[in-house]
Amino acid sequence: MQERLEQLVEEARQALSSVEQLADLDQLRVRFLGKKGALTEMMKQLGGMAPEERPKAGQLINQAKQTVQALINDKKAALEEARLAAKLQAEAVDVTLPGRNVDIGGPHPVSRTLARIERLFAQAGFTVAQGPEIEDDWHNFEALNIPPTHPARAMHDTFYINDSDVLRTHTSGVQIRVMEGQQPPIRIIAPGRVYRCDSDQTHTPMFHQVEGLVVEENASFAQLKTLIIDFLRRFFEDENLKVRFRPSYFPFTEPSAEVDIATDLFGDGRWMEVLGCGMVHPNVLRNVGIDPERYRGFAFGLGVERLTMLRYGVDDLRLFFENDLRFLQQFK
Amino acid sequence: MKTSRHWLEQWTRPAWTDEEMSEALSLAGLEVDGVEPAAPPFSGVVVGQVLTVEKHLDADKLNVTTVDVGGEEPLQIVCGARNVRPGMKAPCATVGAVLPGGFKIKKAKLRGVPSFGMLCSASELGLAESSDGLMELPADAPVGEDVRVYLDLDDPVFDIDLTPNRSDCLSHEGMAREVAALTGGDYAAPYTLVEPQAAFRTEQAVRVSAPEACPRYLGCEVRGFNAGVETPLWMQERLRRCGVRPISLVVDITNYVLLELGQPMHAFDADRLQGAIEVRMAREGEQLTTLDGETRRLKADTLVIADDSGPIALAGIMGGEATAVSDATTRIFFEAAHFKPEVIAGKARQYGLHTDSSHRFERGVDPELPRKALLRAVDLLLTLAGGEAGDIVAVEAPEHLPARPVITLRQEKIEQVLGMVFPTEQVETLLARLHFDIQRLEPGLWQVTPPSWRFDIGIEEDLIEELAGLYGYNRLPESAVHAPMQLGELPETELDQAKLHEALIQRGYHEVITYSFIPEEEAQLFALDQQTVALANPLSEELAVMRPSLMPGLLRTVAHNQKRQQLRVRVFESGAVFERGEDGYVQAQRIGGAIFGSRAPLHWDTPVETVDFFDIKGDVEALLAAAEVAATFEPASHPVLHPGQSAWVKHDGEIIGWVGQLHPQLYRRWKLAQPVYLFELALPPLLKARLPQMQPVSRFPEVQRDLAFVLDRKVPAASLQQVIERVDSPILREVRLFDLYAGEGLPEDKKSLAVKLRFGSLEHTLSDEEVDATVEAVVQAVAAELGGQLRQ
Repeated sequence: MQERLEQLVEEARQALSSVEQLADLDQLRVRFLGKKGALTEMMKQLGGMAPEERPKAGQLINQAKQTVQALINDKKAALEEARLAAKLQAEAVDVTLPGRNVDIGGPHPVSRTLARIERLFAQAGFTVAQGPEIEDDWHNFEALNIPPTHPARAMHDTFYINDSDVLRTHTSGVQIRVMEGQQPPIRIIAPGRVYRCDSDQTHTPMFHQVEGLVVEENASFAQLKTLIIDFLRRFFEDENLKVRFRPSYFPFTEPSAEVDIATDLFGDGRWMEVLGCGMVHPNVLRNVGIDPERYRGFAFGLGVERLTMLRYGVDDLRLFFENDLRFLQQFK
Repeated sequence: MKTSRHWLEQWTRPAWTDEEMSEALSLAGLEVDGVEPAAPPFSGVVVGQVLTVEKHLDADKLNVTTVDVGGEEPLQIVCGARNVRPGMKAPCATVGAVLPGGFKIKKAKLRGVPSFGMLCSASELGLAESSDGLMELPADAPVGEDVRVYLDLDDPVFDIDLTPNRSDCLSHEGMAREVAALTGGDYAAPYTLVEPQAAFRTEQAVRVSAPEACPRYLGCEVRGFNAGVETPLWMQERLRRCGVRPISLVVDITNYVLLELGQPMHAFDADRLQGAIEVRMAREGEQLTTLDGETRRLKADTLVIADDSGPIALAGIMGGEATAVSDATTRIFFEAAHFKPEVIAGKARQYGLHTDSSHRFERGVDPELPRKALLRAVDLLLTLAGGEAGDIVAVEAPEHLPARPVITLRQEKIEQVLGMVFPTEQVETLLARLHFDIQRLEPGLWQVTPPSWRFDIGIEEDLIEELAGLYGYNRLPESAVHAPMQLGELPETELDQAKLHEALIQRGYHEVITYSFIPEEEAQLFALDQQTVALANPLSEELAVMRPSLMPGLLRTVAHNQKRQQLRVRVFESGAVFERGEDGYVQAQRIGGAIFGSRAPLHWDTPVETVDFFDIKGDVEALLAAAEVAATFEPASHPVLHPGQSAWVKHDGEIIGWVGQLHPQLYRRWKLAQPVYLFELALPPLLKARLPQMQPVSRFPEVQRDLAFVLDRKVPAASLQQVIERVDSPILREVRLFDLYAGEGLPEDKKSLAVKLRFGSLEHTLSDEEVDATVEAVVQAVAAELGGQLRQ
């Protein structure tokens, strides 16, 4: 009996070794362990045995069955693993091929700079104010202390719609609109398009400006200096950026200053003019009903294209308005 | 303004190098654009005297000369200049000299005759644009002296860009004053002017009928001078290096005084004046031929100098041809007047002119200058050409002369504005250096009167600026703003526009910025019924009218990139568009986009297809989704769009924009090779954000049913959607179109639209009966309203 069992187990072992399909494995299981399988048949022989021999023989048969079952299970696992491996291999792709729908545009470099400027000033509590681009004489000139015969008007190369309306030559008019509607404290920046009747290599008839305005009881030139220096160093991410102030003239500020920067990052360390600023002229405050004895203000005006050019190394102003995709694609 | 350093140094001598002086002036607000010597570099050129001149035997136009250059032997030089003559003095480039442009002088043979140098014209030395013959040097020029030394050609000339408030520095005297204030050094006029003994009574009568415009008019007659005298070389040289072309002695003297003192002057040929001089406003339509030969029709707002014949000069701008001094002039009438800036401002421009005179009068000239300038001019003329001067005629209206302000200055205010304490002594010293009259009323309180030339100073802040400027802006302190900490507002119902831009950028769009002004024709094309806004003074026809739509700029961008072989373009822009409204201008903010070329970037697994309507519509829908705006699309009729591929975008019953293909007839205009799809939406409705309010989420399973309807082809898909959504059912949650079919198996004029209906309830699990009832209602509604049948 024992011999016969050992023989059957060996037979199963042999048979399994040549099985390659899961379906064949099942046949094999039926052959040995099925209802009419060889080992099951052995079980049936127990009835013909002496009762005292039966437990021992039953035990031996069960052991053999378990052995065969285990062999089948192992084989099944091996076959399944092989099948999965084959499947995975068949599914392999060329991972170096490009993926689908990779297509991202980007903001215009001027917008990118505007966003940076707005975020920097937002950190210090400035809000963004907007105004119209077709502006009346009052907001663009008169209220800013530039009467009709003022020589500064000639500096502005103004586009006229008619005698009383112009394309704004700066966003400074927005400070008037804000102050007309609000008493201090005021902290705003006014970004936007401005227009000058001028076109050559270094001038486009349209460009962008950010005007900033602070009106508070304690505003001073010393604070203006700090704010401007901080802004420029943060904007250019250069803590060693050199900044200097030069007296200048804007009808709406007094004292007025032009600001130059010098850095090792670009421009060979030469001084480069980047913005104008000053203490708000008392006439301007009076024009909008703010008491210049109680409040003082300071204002600044940044040329956005200029800052963008310096920051990103753009060497031709006109590129900004040609909108060549090969240029724009460099700013994602 | 071009400023000669050596001329300036007649008043004050700063101990600065040229570079230091540039820096100091720039940091004082007088921006130096550059410093250059009075002549371009050259060397080896000396004063030569021509001794002999003989015809070259082999060349008609050449002479063989001998020239004394102070050496042991005279040099033999072959010369082609017509004006060469024995005895004359001229610059002589000796062998080894290098002329401007690097031209080296070597020993040469001209037609067989050896030549040891070159006699030079002014243009060969870079002292004139063009010359006719040799540059003639004065008889007393020392032979052999280096011409650069003799003519002071290493004099550094500063090009200074002055702000309009500092017209007091538009002269050498003014600039010298400023330099002395900066250095604190000595300052003194190089000459004293005395009123000359009048040799006769000036008979020329002067009337000022517009005293508010011309509160001071001085004149003086000079006669008997030698009309043949040439302007001395030193004066010509100074004029030249300051950018003024020498013309004739009298004119040169007026220009010289202008550059020296800042007072524009004019000289009339006294013999050509008819009757009294009158300063008055022009009569509309009067004519005047100005010195540049232009005959101008005058406007009534123009101040003129007139005589009995009519206007003879544009006051403060340019003289007239008829009364101009000429070679034959023997009697002149000098004018030195004060004109109000407001009267002159803008007038030169109005006549297409800009002169040294108008430049100064527009900005303002020291009202005390006319007398000084007149004396200086008369003195120069008498000294250089002899003759005698009459007495000075003066017509003045003191009440119209600018009043000198008396300004109160508070130490406390200085501190407030600058954020630093200025010591009393420093305030007084600095202001005194600027020639301000300063009186201390009490500690920390002064009364300050600026000098007559500082008419830009009117208020306390102006004085503070002067103090800050002299002290040095960069030495002023810095301090951070100290203000109460306050949180700003963060309105959640306002959408950040950047989110919309980001939605498009994520879909491959590049933002562009195009000019707000476009050609008239394009404006009309896109204006619909809007009234466009044109510029009164456009730069060109291409930039003439404010855009009524973002489209022309976007189309231009597409065309530009198509021309540069871009196969795929997706661009957007946001910004204002303009139209004339009932009262004022409408400046509406919009966002618009354009797509062109292939649908997807070139890809190994994506077919190359050209964009179509549903690409751009998808982009618009994504934009609307980012803005959480529920919008509908309706077939549009827009003159610039394809009639079968364009839609209005509606929100809350209002048209907020459109989307569609550019009308194929318009391709040619932008030279487009393929269709362009465009959209334009009003921004304000997109920037209103919705504050989310949670809706309950059902805990019960949902049910879905798919229905396909056969409909007439012309029934819009949106109608099916709307009809189904209108069915009154508490459990119908969503209707979604998922298939469109036409063709085989369906009649020619029919199509099949399939929708997926989603059902759900917050209260219970749905029964088949409930769902069937709604489906039945849907089927009936579609049949009744659209004639649609369930597809079998």
